[in-house]
Amino acid sequence: MTNSFGEFSRAKMFFVIGSNMTEAHPVAATFLKNAVLKGAKLIVVDPRAHRLVDYADLHVPIRVGSDIAFLNGLMNVLIKENLYDRKFVEFNTEEFNSLKQKVSEYPPERAADIAGITPQLIVDTARLLASVKPVMLCYTLGITEHTCGRNNVVSTANLQMLLGNMGVECGGVNPLRGQNNVQGACDMGALPNVFPGYQAVVDEKARKKFEAFWNVSDLPSQNGLMMPQMMDGLVSGKIKGFYIFGENLASTEPDIHKVEHELSCAEFLVCQDIFLNETTKFAHVVLPAAAWSENDGTFTSSERRVSRVRTASPPPGEAKPNWWIFKEIARRMGQTWSSNSAKEIWNNEISMLAPALAGIKYHRIEGDGLQWPCPTEEHPGTAYLHKEGQFTRGKGAFIPVEWTPPAEVPDEQYPLVLSTGRRLYHYHTRTQTGRCEGLNDLLGEETADISREDATALNILDGEKIKVSSRRGEVMVKARVTPEVPRGLVWMAFHFREANANFLTNAAFDPFTLTAEYKACAVRIEKL
Amino acid sequence: MSDKKMMVNGREIPFAAGETILEAASRYDISIPTLCHLKGTTPHGKCKICVVEIEGERELKTACNTPCNANMVIKTESIKVVADRKKTLEDLIASGNHNCAASSAGNSNWTVFQMAVQQYDKTDDLCPVWGDCKLQDLLYHYQVTQKKPSDRKQPFQKEIVNPLIIRDFSRCILCGRCVSACNEVQVNRAINFGEQDGREKIVTKNNTSLADSDCVFCGECIQACPVGALVEKKAAYQWRPWEVRKIRTTCPYCGVGCQQLLHVKGEKIVKVTGVENGKPNEGRLCVKGRFGYDFIYSDERLKTPLIRENDHFREASWDEALDLVVKRFKQIIASDGPDALAGVSCARSISEDSYQMQKLFRAVFKTNNIDHCART
Ligand code: SF4
Ligand code: SF4
Ligand code: SF4
Repeated sequence: MTNSFGEFSRAKMFFVIGSNMTEAHPVAATFLKNAVLKGAKLIVVDPRAHRLVDYADLHVPIRVGSDIAFLNGLMNVLIKENLYDRKFVEFNTEEFNSLKQKVSEYPPERAADIAGITPQLIVDTARLLASVKPVMLCYTLGITEHTCGRNNVVSTANLQMLLGNMGVECGGVNPLRGQNNVQGACDMGALPNVFPGYQAVVDEKARKKFEAFWNVSDLPSQNGLMMPQMMDGLVSGKIKGFYIFGENLASTEPDIHKVEHELSCAEFLVCQDIFLNETTKFAHVVLPAAAWSENDGTFTSSERRVSRVRTASPPPGEAKPNWWIFKEIARRMGQTWSSNSAKEIWNNEISMLAPALAGIKYHRIEGDGLQWPCPTEEHPGTAYLHKEGQFTRGKGAFIPVEWTPPAEVPDEQYPLVLSTGRRLYHYHTRTQTGRCEGLNDLLGEETADISREDATALNILDGEKIKVSSRRGEVMVKARVTPEVPRGLVWMAFHFREANANFLTNAAFDPFTLTAEYKACAVRIEKL
Repeated sequence: MSDKKMMVNGREIPFAAGETILEAASRYDISIPTLCHLKGTTPHGKCKICVVEIEGERELKTACNTPCNANMVIKTESIKVVADRKKTLEDLIASGNHNCAASSAGNSNWTVFQMAVQQYDKTDDLCPVWGDCKLQDLLYHYQVTQKKPSDRKQPFQKEIVNPLIIRDFSRCILCGRCVSACNEVQVNRAINFGEQDGREKIVTKNNTSLADSDCVFCGECIQACPVGALVEKKAAYQWRPWEVRKIRTTCPYCGVGCQQLLHVKGEKIVKVTGVENGKPNEGRLCVKGRFGYDFIYSDERLKTPLIRENDHFREASWDEALDLVVKRFKQIIASDGPDALAGVSCARSISEDSYQMQKLFRAVFKTNNIDHCART
């Protein structure tokens, strides 16, 4: 997030696109709703009329996967009607003309046609957006989990720069991160191309720095593989040994049949986790780890805030902290690492290596955490980025993008679109929430959410078991007939192994980020 | 802040336009007791505990919703104020099943009362929030005991059908904090003031159980309830405040990073609340953050390393398991090079763990084949 949750309740307008916030980030949504009660305007762009729509001034029900066309359409109107922030564009951005040219190809009529809405709605949305400043833009996986995910993200940034909503309080582009510490995992360099603190592995200076600090030589200089490439590598034989730490890939990755085949090809698979799950079935060794409240350490939230995690009880049996397990393996391979607690790892290594974290030490985050960038121990942390239009590379560059359809679109055989997401009462594959008293009672099984129109056409009743199938698999699941879902759409989650939507999803990936297209594939539903 | 001033307990204090007496006073650490007022929500002066005496006014005024005026002369603990608060408290304690120690003294009907409550509660324990109750604190503070005979009416039936929240109407003092929490803080609009059998009650839309209403089980109402009318089902009768340590930590679910207080008895988390005034959540939690903690105590937790033997796992020691991992990884590196290894780190675990794992891959194995799950 460029901005902070603390700004939500003071914001004047929100543009929420592809984010089912009340279920996936409930507490963030409460601050947004507080602002709405105080008069802030809310525009929700989403194929589904999810709960946030109850609070919206405007709901724009675009078709799944039409985001870029819609956003380009908005920018087309903003430019044509001269509603954009000319001063910001002139002083703080570059490449405006190439953006202008690209979006000129998306007049409201064309954009509306792709997005399945009226041209007037695009014009109205653009005018409403331009009527208030600043506007806070929030998005979640509805933007990223597409084959055009990276371009979707670029489009949202284009829009906010055009409106001059960057580098200000209560504005910005704000991806709400799905997992508690996905931000931290990125910051730590659990990525194939960067060391901790986003220092490129291909940069020799960075390698030298890490070689000196870690007291090693010959750090690898080529970018590594991204996860989908690793999975392919298991089948092709390029990858022989695979180490999975805390992820249940066999349920979370698209196209479960394919994933299971890939995992079964691993010559040697190590799983480190707190429970056995669908993935550990393929493991050769399983290592038992300490869980959340059995550790001291830190999480970094969506708003770049580093907060403490503390120990409430010891891990069961022989289970050990993860950092200890990695250290032990290193030791057995001839490297002795001196840090002997999460605190020492953070204070003596991470904050020494990552410049944006240099000022964050455990003694400073006893209470509220600190938001990076925090370069020195005197620095108060940073609530919002790009202050006064200062982007990392000077001016913000517009990057015009073209709309592309999802990799798999409906046809005669599979006439509906399947989109997936999360529900309030569970978390991912339920390895945790499924073992909490009460939560299963609130939501005990998966449903396929379908529209009244499609239900009527197939004579399906609410609560009836139906078959949902795609080119990759099929599941039997209860139908939930709901006005939330528009005609032509099936919406499911992946919380339950039985009827897991990932038996159906398409393993097609964004070419830049290799994020999978969980949000769109073609399916068919049948009455049993 | 404006230069307007007023006198409170003989002390001159400035106030800002539109500020209430309660707000101005609390800034100067002049404590005025409250029950129904919930910070950040619209005050309605319902419980009348926050009354103060204002010179020249015949009636006492509720501090939570009376705006400051220049030259007001206010007393917050005058004889009249204290007498009024005592009366309010007497009425409150007589109104329901308040069977904590505070009500035991001086009441000749104690045994009869206690028996009735125990029957209603189906336990011989005292009120589940005994020791953690704002009403009880005020009763002690103003030395109020139950003098008048309990005018306890047959209480509405307790709601225990939902899996997470006990709604005990017999202890509800109708302060409305839960209503403010639900409508103004969390904005879920599940509950409100209503009526049943001609008596006031906190109700869902059609007076259904929470499970059949718009309730999303965030539990904000529990955290707001000053008494034992709303309690966590999992925590009820499991703990008393003096038995627990409170440990601040960060929620393990979504990327908001809510700050939680773990209430830990021995080595067990017995309940979770939001850290009031903590960033970013200001005390709020959602259903997962508040109720999603007990997975760590599941019997199914992995407790020892496991090694595959044909189609099953056998338990192994750390030495054996780690030696095997190292042996196999070394073999693979020797035969196919370090890039034949790959790893996926965890976006749920602490940052320090991810740091260690990428360090292991880069500095020890010598490959950059390290990634993690969510590329959001
Ligand atoms: S649990 Fe949350 S939604 Fe339900 S009544 Fe209480 S405050 Fe409202
Ligand atoms: S349930 Fe609790 S918070 Fe709600 S009105 Fe009753 S006493 Fe007040
Ligand atoms: S309490 Fe809910 S909203 Fe807050 S971090 Fe946890 S899961 Fe997210």
